[in-house]
Amino acid sequence: MTFLFYLLAAVAILSALMVVFSRSPINSVIFLIICFLSIAGHYILLNAQFLAVVHIIVYTGAIMVLFLFVIMLLNLNTSNEPHKSQLTRITAVITGGLLLLVLIAATKDAVLIQAKNPADYNIGLVKQIGQTLFKQFLLPFEISSVLFISAMVGAVMLGKKDSKKN
Amino acid sequence: MDSQNKFMPQDYIPIMIQSFIVLGFVLTTMIMTHLLGPLRKSKAKLENFECGIEGMGNARSPFSVKYFLIAILFVLFDVEVIFMYPWAVNFRDLGANGFLDMLLFLGLLLLGFIYIVFKGALKWDNS
Repeated sequence: MTFLFYLLAAVAILSALMVVFSRSPINSVIFLIICFLSIAGHYILLNAQFLAVVHIIVYTGAIMVLFLFVIMLLNLNTSNEPHKSQLTRITAVITGGLLLLVLIAATKDAVLIQAKNPADYNIGLVKQIGQTLFKQFLLPFEISSVLFISAMVGAVMLGKKDSKKN
Repeated sequence: MDSQNKFMPQDYIPIMIQSFIVLGFVLTTMIMTHLLGPLRKSKAKLENFECGIEGMGNARSPFSVKYFLIAILFVLFDVEVIFMYPWAVNFRDLGANGFLDMLLFLGLLLLGFIYIVFKGALKWDNS
């Protein structure tokens, strides 16, 4: 179990690094898929099976398709790829380093979170999540459908505006 | 809770073994084809095959935003279906109340779907 955790963590970190370092955006997306799959493996190790399956279906299935579409929507010819100047690179390194500093400062003093009921291993299963969702959190669940509608309306508004011009 | 109803991460070992076999099969096949197959690089062989028609232009041209709109709407309904799994597993326990809750949820989403259809977002040609 511990070995699996270290293996998955190593795969996740290495693939996340490869997302940043790979030259081709398509390769970045493929490494991001590997990263997401290893994170889903982490969820399974934590016995959060519903979360793992949802992560695979939504993120590696649907969101990655969106990412690929975005890459294809961009014009990716090498001739018109903008060259980053030295100043941009230095600024990027400084801002990224500052973000890292803030993250380290925030997690340095973090306390180990104790599980509320550590004996209940089944809290992450589909049945238990359904019981909680449809009894305790029914109102947020219903309201989330309004969120879906707003997302649909926004997508249609933005997407159709382009075609009306033509 | 007896041991029969307990689901542990160990239950996923068969899936892990299967995915390792699948990955291993793909990797060995790809490596073996590269090792065994003869390698001849000629202009005609490296050209993209397009059903016998000669290729022209660049493949990397930006395409219509309509595909992206369809993909975004797909993601939304995909997430909606995710909510149905915990509901379906608990269908008997939740009873009629749970059914009505889900009906309300799906009804609101149906309004969104009707909006999409009447706005013509799924229409492919704008004629």
